[in-house]
Amino acid sequence: MQPGAGGSAVRREGRAKLTGRALYVDDVAPPGLIHGVTIRSPVSRGTIRGLRFDPSLDWSEYTIVTAADIPGINIVKLIADDQPYLADRVVQHAEEPVLLVAHPDPMRAEAARRLITIDIDPLPPVLSMDEASEEFKRYSVVKGDVDRALSAADLVVVEGDYSTGAQEQLYIEPNGMIAVADREHGGVTVWGSMQCPYYIHGALAALLNLPEARVRVVQMETGGGFGGKEEYPTIIAGHAALLAWKSGRPVKMIYGRSEDMASTTKRHPSRTRHRTAVTRDGQLVAMDIDFVLDGGAYCTLSPVVLSRGTIHAAGPYDCPNVRVRGRVVKTNVPPHGAFRGFGAPQSIFALERQMDRVAQAVGLDPAEFRRRNFVRNGDTLAVGQTIREPVDMHALLQRALTLSGFAAKRAAFARANPSARVRKGIGLATFMHGAGFTGSGEVHLASVVTVEGAADGGVRVLAASTEIGQGTNTIFSQIAAEALGLEIDDIEIAQPDTAVVPNSGPTVASRTCMVVGKLVESAATGIRRTLVDSGYLPSTYTRAQFHHACERYIARFGDLRSTSQYTPPPNVRWDDETYTGDAYATYAWAAYVAEVSVDLVTWEIHVDDFVAVQEVGRVINPTLATGQIEGGVAQGIGWALYEDVVWREGRMANAQMTNYIMPTSMDLPPIRVYFEEVPYAGGPGGAKGIGELPMDGAAPAIFNAVAHATNLDPRDLPLTPERLLSLWAARHA
Amino acid sequence: MARLLDVLRAAGLTGTKEGCGEGECGACAVLLNGALVNSCLTPLAHAAGAAITTIEGLASDEQLHAVQQAFLDCGGAQCGICTPGMVLAAVSLLRQNPNPTEDAVREGLAGNLCRCTGYGRIFAAVLEACRRMPQATA
Repeated sequence: MQPGAGGSAVRREGRAKLTGRALYVDDVAPPGLIHGVTIRSPVSRGTIRGLRFDPSLDWSEYTIVTAADIPGINIVKLIADDQPYLADRVVQHAEEPVLLVAHPDPMRAEAARRLITIDIDPLPPVLSMDEASEEFKRYSVVKGDVDRALSAADLVVVEGDYSTGAQEQLYIEPNGMIAVADREHGGVTVWGSMQCPYYIHGALAALLNLPEARVRVVQMETGGGFGGKEEYPTIIAGHAALLAWKSGRPVKMIYGRSEDMASTTKRHPSRTRHRTAVTRDGQLVAMDIDFVLDGGAYCTLSPVVLSRGTIHAAGPYDCPNVRVRGRVVKTNVPPHGAFRGFGAPQSIFALERQMDRVAQAVGLDPAEFRRRNFVRNGDTLAVGQTIREPVDMHALLQRALTLSGFAAKRAAFARANPSARVRKGIGLATFMHGAGFTGSGEVHLASVVTVEGAADGGVRVLAASTEIGQGTNTIFSQIAAEALGLEIDDIEIAQPDTAVVPNSGPTVASRTCMVVGKLVESAATGIRRTLVDSGYLPSTYTRAQFHHACERYIARFGDLRSTSQYTPPPNVRWDDETYTGDAYATYAWAAYVAEVSVDLVTWEIHVDDFVAVQEVGRVINPTLATGQIEGGVAQGIGWALYEDVVWREGRMANAQMTNYIMPTSMDLPPIRVYFEEVPYAGGPGGAKGIGELPMDGAAPAIFNAVAHATNLDPRDLPLTPERLLSLWAARHA
Repeated sequence: MARLLDVLRAAGLTGTKEGCGEGECGACAVLLNGALVNSCLTPLAHAAGAAITTIEGLASDEQLHAVQQAFLDCGGAQCGICTPGMVLAAVSLLRQNPNPTEDAVREGLAGNLCRCTGYGRIFAAVLEACRRMPQATA
């Protein structure tokens, strides 16, 4: 028998990906296809006066769609009803879609971009957080009395400002959709690269004024998502559907790399202010935190990104007085959105850098300072959540310190550095990441999974959760196989297709394994129970007996299906009104250590070694889990050091892989991954969420290591050589 | 002039992917007379009379190439979009250097970007393929 949960089963769709047979959206071409392109605003804010079409082109060959062609509602269905599919009268950001054109020849479709002029009367844009006056959302978390605590005598108070820049998703497969519309019977189908089929499903019904039953959304193989294919694909699907609706022909829209980088959602830039009070022996007394995100021009998912960032801002520490003010502001840049970590990497970066600075202020080693303040089972987080799991941050930290040789290296580097051209440093970060939707999110989603048996004894899992490289197909197969005592090859994972699968919720928030996987486990268990209770299967059975039982049950009753719907774990309560309670059903916990070299001539920073120790519940597939951690750490290293979105007049000036630099195989250290396994009762086989966690720890560990190497105080990310040089120059002026 | 990438894909060989169209990511890499090239930067005329190996030409029927099998076993593919180019880059590397060090693997794959893996499982896969592979079939 192949391993169920706990074994490194190979990726289910791996063979198709390795032989080039896996089909991504651009790999298929329905007959009669036309190619759509999006014509976008060149300015950041203004009033549209009109459109001009160059008369040198025969426009009768083109399908052209403007806001006036929209049959339903010109609003992207998400949180706030503020974002149009196509700008009508006003534009709020550069690259905002204004009209769509399509042509059977992709080159001629592209050529149209240069021959359409959008006349816009410009208005003054808001291009930075500091200038912004409008807010999309604000949250406040209060524990104890920060002001009173800060007024007490004999405390050490440390202040600090921190900032992070935008980060481009850079999935290697650009966005794309194909749409086919049937105006006669009223229906539309889209196939594409996406994380969340049911987001698109609901949105298209409203856009085209169709009943939901007449909309079908199918996920193709998806070449990376990271959050970047959570909400933006809804817009592309809408555009393709509008062109298909008007032309009556299949429409393909594939973004070029530059268009994808310039136009689609990035990680929110942030600014965090900390004021921390500690006793002289290093006990946290008060944390006062102000956290601001740049939302860009429309709300998108910013309120929920802010929520996660706000809740994670005070970290895995026990502090009697905490105040976190979070807000996300409106600017006239392309909207920022979901990206792995969802606000938490930004606030954790600031906190973990601040923690090192506070440790230094009281003369403590950064590890020892954290040890004195870690949250423990029974302690209460700032949002009022009492930790009821056997968290052991001390053990995680100790293991990371031992594996990295932290203490010895810290001392050795401090000795060797003063005379060295290449300075060495080692730094750490300790943190947690909530698994699943924040607060009551999972209750509102009420996700559903169905498992069905087939007459040949095969079992099929029906869920809208998408495989985007993270391992959904394999994990669900392992979970179902283990629940049923079958082999992995007995399990089929249905392609996410809203005509076939129920809504198991979006593929986001480190929820697929823990939340949806638990539904897979319970629906699969339901199949077994049905067969056993009906007398078709003994309580212990062989694979052959299971197959035979399926065959006989289906012959008798027609079908064999079991459906599970989310119910919150016992004692998990959240109050949306007061913004207090159990923010997450559980957390993953981690301690990361980075070792760096800093060259004082070239100002390059290289990460030489990286140790990632985490507790994510039971690890279902060690190979996939290790790959998730390594990949997340790599994105964190890129965010910390290399990935610099250059803005000019509200537009991304370096929207190319040539000059937006992500880590190559030469840039990354060995990323050494270790798991402590503490089974969590609310997850399948004891698993928690894992995907976002590794994005949180790399940047602060690296910054702390650079501070150790250089005695500088870097607080703004990314830490490019130019930034480092100016910090050095200011210090040594 | 058409790019080799477009011609391959129009011929149904869609295993060759377009990631950036400017020769940075390597998702469109193929072997042209045995040399690794980015097909997005290769005008069709440059391929006249040349032997081209795409990912579809690497496996014989159901038997995976040793590099593909090692990628499968070691978790070298995640989302899979960089995978065809990455596998061909690894094959090209092992033909030139049948026993590379990890540093040589890093250098050999530096023209192929992967956003999912952090490359660790890919290095493991290439070194594992190297261990398993009789040199004659490399």
